[in-house]
Amino acid sequence: MNQNLIIEAKNLCFSYKNENGNHLPVLRDLTFSIERGSFVAILGHNGSGKSTLAKLLNLILTPDSGSLMVDGIDVTGELSEDDLYRLRRKVGMVFQNPDNQLVATIVEEDIAFGPENLGISPDEIRQRVDDALAAVNMTEFAKHSPSQLSGGQKQRIAIAGIIAMLPDCIIFDESTAMLDPIGRAEVMETIERLNREKGITVLLITHYMDEALRADRVIAMNQGEIYMDDTPRRVFSRVDELQKIGLDVPQVTQLAYRLATDGGMDIPTDILHSAEAVEALVKFYEKMTVGGDGK
Amino acid sequence: MLKDITLGQYFPGDSILHRLDPRMKIFLIVIYIVTIFVANNPVSFALVLASAFILVLLSRIPAKLIFGGLKAVFFIMLFTAVINIFWTSGEHLLVSFGIVKIYREGIEYAIFMVVRVISLIVGSSVLLTYTTSPIALTDGLERVLAPLKVLHIPVHEFSMMMTIALRFIPTLIEETDRIINAQKARGTDFSSGTLMQRAKALIPIMVPLFVSAFHRADELAVAMECRCYRGGEGRTRMTKLHLHARDFIVLAVLVLFLGVIISMNIWF
Repeated sequence: MNQNLIIEAKNLCFSYKNENGNHLPVLRDLTFSIERGSFVAILGHNGSGKSTLAKLLNLILTPDSGSLMVDGIDVTGELSEDDLYRLRRKVGMVFQNPDNQLVATIVEEDIAFGPENLGISPDEIRQRVDDALAAVNMTEFAKHSPSQLSGGQKQRIAIAGIIAMLPDCIIFDESTAMLDPIGRAEVMETIERLNREKGITVLLITHYMDEALRADRVIAMNQGEIYMDDTPRRVFSRVDELQKIGLDVPQVTQLAYRLATDGGMDIPTDILHSAEAVEALVKFYEKMTVGGDGK
Repeated sequence: MLKDITLGQYFPGDSILHRLDPRMKIFLIVIYIVTIFVANNPVSFALVLASAFILVLLSRIPAKLIFGGLKAVFFIMLFTAVINIFWTSGEHLLVSFGIVKIYREGIEYAIFMVVRVISLIVGSSVLLTYTTSPIALTDGLERVLAPLKVLHIPVHEFSMMMTIALRFIPTLIEETDRIINAQKARGTDFSSGTLMQRAKALIPIMVPLFVSAFHRADELAVAMECRCYRGGEGRTRMTKLHLHARDFIVLAVLVLFLGVIISMNIWF
């Protein structure tokens, strides 16, 4: 057992049963591990099994076969309720729809819900709630009602509710999918900050490529299998393969790729940001003009 | 349209009524309701009505908001008044029109009933729902009813259900508005036709609303489990409740008021 790994999965399989009693395999033979403090994006098309994976990691579902260690505990075996409880405290989860995760009618009371379930003292709950509000920059909204907040703000409150339980790892299950661009930016900024400043392991399940770009590592899933598992730069340079499984690449990466392959221009294909693209194009242009002068 | 419903909504503030202990408020509201129902003569009704206004002033909640909330029950009040006017018989006949006989007592009763309903709604909303955050309210209820746990009554579960219901009122209202607009855009006519036709037009609203409510409930349950919820056992609360001098002062004033109303009944 490696202390540096928060999640270790070996040959993980899971299938849903349909009405006819047939098993529909959703996850096939997944083997991967997640290091403590890392920021991992899990990419996948609809039906690729990425959300099912999240539910396995949070013990909402149990795998059919294979082994899964979360924080050093084998979660595939018989688990006592206390183990389950301990693991859920370690691995928090933020869902897609912010409205369906908030329990209370006042922001700070909602954040207190998790710590209250842990049975800690009122003074410590107060402290944790204040810290969590500060961590998501929502202190001024402590006494507001969630219904008065925007989608991005609600989602930040949901995140604060998880932070207040002091987890080691937070899984974001398409947590930005229902938000407007401003809300998405707010939430992504919060997620990045939690990973950098608090050292919380982040598992970001998404189908937005620009979000996956910010991770240290990208796992691309296809039909219940891991299709790619590498740094964002190496994953996104494989434009054709990604598009084959219904995933997009960032627009600028696609542009660079097309210019290099179809346009025959001599520029790198692993460009992730527009600034890099500009630099590469300037370099290419300079080379061209220097070459042109020589003729 | 639906956004106007303010009945049962918390209005944040810092008045004396806001600062009362929720447990005490539950006792206060019971005493207040008893007082309203004990009143049975014009002077005590005037006092009851005055007390409702005083509560509104104490709460520092805009009166417009509170009386706006009364609009929702306007028809109930009208109905009670009409029933009382036509069905109460007494000694002083005012109008006799065939079988319809209106007595002075009937009109008095009608006025009393309306005063009673107004004080009841204004009083209880100002004393309880407007000035107590729903969480504090359910928290107070849970603590007041805690002794019932001995009888295996799931007090915590009931209060949790209430909290969630309150939390989802604005969400579901928003959703209803959205569905109504979606159905209108598809040509559903909600405002014309017979009563039956209009009732039928509501089906396409109710069905999606229920489907989505169940969907939400399912997601919420998973989210709550992920936040380590496992019922009331071993659960602590962030807010500590303390009874202050002000709680006992307000209690004393209200008990005194009840005494006054009772003595009015004996005098008049």
